[in-house]
Amino acid sequence: MIHSLFLINNAGDLFLEKHWKSVISRSICDYFFEAREKAVEPDNVPPVIRTPHHYLINIYREKIFFVSVIQTEVPPLFVIEFLHRVAETFQDYFGECSETTIKDNVVIVYELLEEMLDNGFPLATESNILKELIRPPTILRSMVNTITGSSNVGETLPTGQLSNIPWRRAGVKYTNNEAYFDVVEEIDAILDKSGTTVFAEIQGVIDACVKLSGMPDLTLSFMNPRLLDDVSFHPCVRYKRWESERVISFIPPDGNFQLMSYHISAQNLVAIPIYVKQNISFFETGSSGRLDITVGPKQTMGKTVECLVVTVHMPKVVLSANLSATQGTYNYDPVTKILLWDIGKLNPQKLPNLKGSLSLQSGAPKPEENPSLNIDLKIQQFAISGLKVNRLDMYGEKYKPFKGVKYVTKAGKFQVRT
Amino acid sequence: MQKLLQLPVNAVNIVKSVQGVVQGQEEALSPVLTPDSSPQNWYSAVQPEELRHLRSGGMGGGGEGSEDRPGLEEGLTSVQSQPLRHDDLKEMLDSNKDSLKLEAMKRIVAMIARGKNTSDLFPAVVKNVACKNIEVKKLVYVYLVRYAEEQQDLALLSISTFQRGLKDPNQLIRASALRVLSSIRVTIIVPIMMLAIKEAASDMSPYVRKTAAHAIPKLHSLDPEQKDQLIEVIEKLLADKTTLVAGSVVMAFEEVCPDRIDLIHKNYRKLCNLLIDVEEWGQVVIINMLTRYARTQFLNPNINESLLEDSSEKAFYASDDEEDEDKKAEAAALVKRKPYVMDPDHRLLLRNTKPLLQSRNAAVVMAVAQLYFHLAPKAEVGIIAKALVRLMRSHSEVQYVVLQNVATMTIKRRGMFEPYLKSFYIRSTDPTQIKILKLEVLTNLANETNISTILREFQTYIKSMDKDFVAASIQAIGRCATNIGEVRDTCLNGLVQLLSNRDELVVAESVVVIKKLLQMQPEQHSDIIKHMAKLIDNIQVPMARASILWLIGEYCEHVPKIAPDVLRKMAKTFTNEEDIVKLQIINLAAKLYLTNSKQTKLLTQYVLNLAKYDQNYDIRDRARFIRQLIVPTDKSGALSKYAKKLFLALKPAPVLESPFKDRDHFQLGSLSHLLNAKAGGYQELPEWPESAPDPSVRNVEIPDWSKCTSRKDRKEKKLDKPFYSDSEGDSGPTESADSESDSGSGSESASASDESGSGSESEESGEETESEKEEEDEEKEKKRKKRLDKTKAKKPAEESAERCAIHTSYQINTIAPSGSIKMYELLHRITGEGLAVEYCFSRQPFSPDPNMVAVQIQFTNNTNSETKNLHIEEPRLQSGMRIREFAEIEVLAAGESVTVVMGIDFCDSTQAANFQLCTHTRKFFVSIQPPVGELMTPVFLTENDFKKEQGKLMGMNEISEKLTLGEKCVNEHVIVERVTATANLSRVPCGSDKECRFAGKTVSSGCLVLVTVTTKEGGRAQLTVNCEKMVIGTMLVKDIMQALSQ
Repeated sequence: MIHSLFLINNAGDLFLEKHWKSVISRSICDYFFEAREKAVEPDNVPPVIRTPHHYLINIYREKIFFVSVIQTEVPPLFVIEFLHRVAETFQDYFGECSETTIKDNVVIVYELLEEMLDNGFPLATESNILKELIRPPTILRSMVNTITGSSNVGETLPTGQLSNIPWRRAGVKYTNNEAYFDVVEEIDAILDKSGTTVFAEIQGVIDACVKLSGMPDLTLSFMNPRLLDDVSFHPCVRYKRWESERVISFIPPDGNFQLMSYHISAQNLVAIPIYVKQNISFFETGSSGRLDITVGPKQTMGKTVECLVVTVHMPKVVLSANLSATQGTYNYDPVTKILLWDIGKLNPQKLPNLKGSLSLQSGAPKPEENPSLNIDLKIQQFAISGLKVNRLDMYGEKYKPFKGVKYVTKAGKFQVRT
Repeated sequence: MQKLLQLPVNAVNIVKSVQGVVQGQEEALSPVLTPDSSPQNWYSAVQPEELRHLRSGGMGGGGEGSEDRPGLEEGLTSVQSQPLRHDDLKEMLDSNKDSLKLEAMKRIVAMIARGKNTSDLFPAVVKNVACKNIEVKKLVYVYLVRYAEEQQDLALLSISTFQRGLKDPNQLIRASALRVLSSIRVTIIVPIMMLAIKEAASDMSPYVRKTAAHAIPKLHSLDPEQKDQLIEVIEKLLADKTTLVAGSVVMAFEEVCPDRIDLIHKNYRKLCNLLIDVEEWGQVVIINMLTRYARTQFLNPNINESLLEDSSEKAFYASDDEEDEDKKAEAAALVKRKPYVMDPDHRLLLRNTKPLLQSRNAAVVMAVAQLYFHLAPKAEVGIIAKALVRLMRSHSEVQYVVLQNVATMTIKRRGMFEPYLKSFYIRSTDPTQIKILKLEVLTNLANETNISTILREFQTYIKSMDKDFVAASIQAIGRCATNIGEVRDTCLNGLVQLLSNRDELVVAESVVVIKKLLQMQPEQHSDIIKHMAKLIDNIQVPMARASILWLIGEYCEHVPKIAPDVLRKMAKTFTNEEDIVKLQIINLAAKLYLTNSKQTKLLTQYVLNLAKYDQNYDIRDRARFIRQLIVPTDKSGALSKYAKKLFLALKPAPVLESPFKDRDHFQLGSLSHLLNAKAGGYQELPEWPESAPDPSVRNVEIPDWSKCTSRKDRKEKKLDKPFYSDSEGDSGPTESADSESDSGSGSESASASDESGSGSESEESGEETESEKEEEDEEKEKKRKKRLDKTKAKKPAEESAERCAIHTSYQINTIAPSGSIKMYELLHRITGEGLAVEYCFSRQPFSPDPNMVAVQIQFTNNTNSETKNLHIEEPRLQSGMRIREFAEIEVLAAGESVTVVMGIDFCDSTQAANFQLCTHTRKFFVSIQPPVGELMTPVFLTENDFKKEQGKLMGMNEISEKLTLGEKCVNEHVIVERVTATANLSRVPCGSDKECRFAGKTVSSGCLVLVTVTTKEGGRAQLTVNCEKMVIGTMLVKDIMQALSQ
């Protein structure tokens, strides 16, 4: 299936290669470089590139291209999903997935890749199995290892590998047993010029951090499960229970994981927490323009909107911006043409406003289109859909765990057209 | 065999003799060495000291520097130190300290990762293959796998280590030895690999068996001649019942022998049932394979619908109403003639894959989606839309692939995605390739009802800054306009407005699209043509200019005054035009000459003369051809008479089609589909068969009952049984299966703990018999197994969990055709002060004691407080009766319910079992009285066995009654359902349709119970029960009579 993997940074340097079958010369990447050049933006590189004898399937993540070489038919999503899993594993192991961390931990990276694929077919991709096979690096451990000469590699087969619940290892022990659940909802919306909603929906995820001893069997139930229209689960969740009783019953993995993601049914009207009044115009003469943006609260249910950021991708002809903000700071990057206005907390009494003039390249025709605004925001302790966790029960273990649920609403792909 | 084992020794000898020379000849031996680094190795081996100076001066900037892009400086230093470091590394590898070795190996692996050649270290590294330190060992493996192919002779040195590893008691070591051994691509060890794979395929540890499955494709790619032997191994591993192996072996199957569909038959149902517990990657492979399998084995579920659809579509256009009705009647007749009944196995596949749509893994979701698209009845395909739309939230690469597939699906099944139209709206931040795909989907989804919203969306897209995307949007508008007649004029007006756009690309694209639209109804739009004629002065994009010229030429009669003037202008600029424009100028000239020769004769001649001396031969040819055709001369042939017909023929309007049309002949989700070209190794998706092949090939053979002792096998036998009743083809059992599996999953946790002990034991004994067939090394094997058993025993929890999961998935098949299991009340909620207890006979074998009946008890706490310490006390039983209590339930929270399983040996009597049910505060006296039908378990007998046994149980042991069947007992199926609902018996296959036979045995004493129902004319029937225990027989007759006469 997957023949080889090449890691290439944004500048086009190939800094790691791994082969699971016969070695394929790194010159194969020339086809990739060609496509990369043609695409201009890294986002626009086609995920599947055809070469005379191979196929290159690549993903772009954390400024690194993961380029895999395929020789025969294989579902492209299979490879893409796997490459993302690789990136996530690196993140899990080293805290971040970047060129420097990969270069610093190249041996562990190699050991991981060796375990994750056998002859190109995924072998162990569950992080808890991998962590038993190859222990993640910590400062303490690397010190101890250099002194004692002991290794990072486990000697026995991880128990998870053989069981039907590969995501959990046996013999987990904690002195403080706790389980935290974060309900994070994101509003995806497109508002048009006049502020009416073209499209809005709510997507949510429940992230969990479970530190419980033994083999706990948890059941999570909601006050209003009917809200959930479409769900996808971590493999630990029992589908049947969800289908019949609308409860989430699972034996959790140890540590951090995403329990489920969901979509709120389309019938429910989406409350849009803020409104944006904007006026961006470019003058026919004088190569300048005006910009005036005001943000105000709309349906916030009495909560405060925080971390409010407005991002505008300006047309190429805009050279600089001379603006004044009543709240927060703004910054215009003339290279990327991005105007970023960091507002912070939204004060309903005194609405934040950004006003001023834009200067354009002289002689260039005025831009056809006004740029759209991308909004970022956060509301703590509040799930915009109204979803509420009812209770969390634990079976199978005797201790009493500490349980906590947190709600956050964020803006997802929230866009205002102008 | 012996010869093979000696091989490494020989190899060592060879190597020893060669070793001295090897390093010198390396370059010649290994063709893979990169040219710029190999000379170094060669030098360093011969005379490193002298050459070091030489190289640092001479080659620093050149050879190495280009390989090491990051910086010249680093390149220089690495060049200077590299030979040194390699000597270093050799020294470190030869040292006695593990830490030094480890450090050296780490540096070597880091070099491999950067693509540096370290093959000269091979001899030094390979010596450490037997190193005690596991990390060193692993890194050596990494090195070995990377370079073994290049240094085949030296690689043989390591083989004996792996052979030893294959016999190690630790399953991890055995597995990794096999993994590395099979990864060394050295043809000479093929026989050793083959042997190792065969042995590992019957290993105790499922993990080793999984590794064996992985090794199969490796060996196959190394030596395709081994195929036949490998297929045998695949066949064996396909029969494996663990989820761990399933995915890997199907992968091997797909790579080695994807066309051997016959190997799947026997394992089909098992694979379907295991699917949900297989790891995600395996799921993808299995689902894709089963899609192909199902296409060869089942009938098209939409066969009747497609017939209906075709005829109704025709009817739609037919003017005659009567004909319409005729056709409908005909279609209805067709349906009647060929009633489609879905094969239960087909249904099983659809049912078992459906929950996987909820997987977090996009590849799994896509695999299920394509399975439904290719296999499901039309009405059911819709469910995949929601899941696919969900994937649109994922990474952009995932979006890209999903959108490609959605685009193909929307062409065939537009309705499916219509509710999700807005999810395909485009954001300005999407990458261009995603935008264009979304546009494609939106265009495919457009119809009369939603076109106005879609067009409004498109209008905002046209203003985008991304010009490629704007061009695609304009084309999309054009396609909507051609497909939906109502909006054609609106679109056209919109596009004409775009002609005054400032961006030339936008104008050009609009011109091209308008040209296509005008072709549909040119008469009404001569003003647009005029408008476009004016544009020719400004537009520079060749394609657009060519389009305008073509339009004017084609419809020159609508614009008689303008056309010659345009030609005049173009004649002036002819020499500076692009080729496509030149061709169109010639075209325009020819058409004008034919219609308006008075005004344009000279102009045409001038243009043709210019073209005659053009650089491009196409243009020269065209000019010559046209001149002959249109200018009448003496010599000109018969064709010139028809010149007008040739040039001004009515041309059909172009059809704007989606590039995704007909892509669905590739299996969706595949690489080939994405590229719209067959990728290597792609397996065609077969067409549905005309008539279904024999479904009985999937029936699983049942081993002889009497020989089989272990419980697990017995259980399976019972599980396999219903396939026979299944094949009678009715959706009844299918539905009941769902409800039953739910109740089964309730007991999951309880049965897991109960089963753990004996379950694992029985598996091993099962395997023991299997491996005993291989008589070689029997003693060794046993020893190893004993050790293994110890390791195995450590993890009973997981083992049982696994078994339990398999168990529950199997339950889907243990369908007693009765509907749901009847619940009885043990303790009413009021008498129990809020604690309600119900029980039922789950009909599952009670694993701790086979002579007990499993009673599933469900406690529900209706109070507001916790109930604690639920347990059983003081059973008061008839002599001989025994109770196996369930484990005490510590806490039952308010509002919760819990299910446990207990076992009761009723001694084959219907006497009640009395006991006390205790909570932390109260005690309740309760009793369980079993219906006689629950005191037995099914037994599988063949028809002949049945007759033989019946013969032994005549006279006193036979009870026979006549009865009249109830109104609803109309067919055999109902009878079977009624009888199996009353008593836990299994159906015995039977040739005659007038007779239904059932067999079972009592749980406690194991006496056979045989039941025969013979139906006669007029709803009368005769019931015969043969049983050694007359009391049981009499009571059973009574119960069954009651059930049948209702």
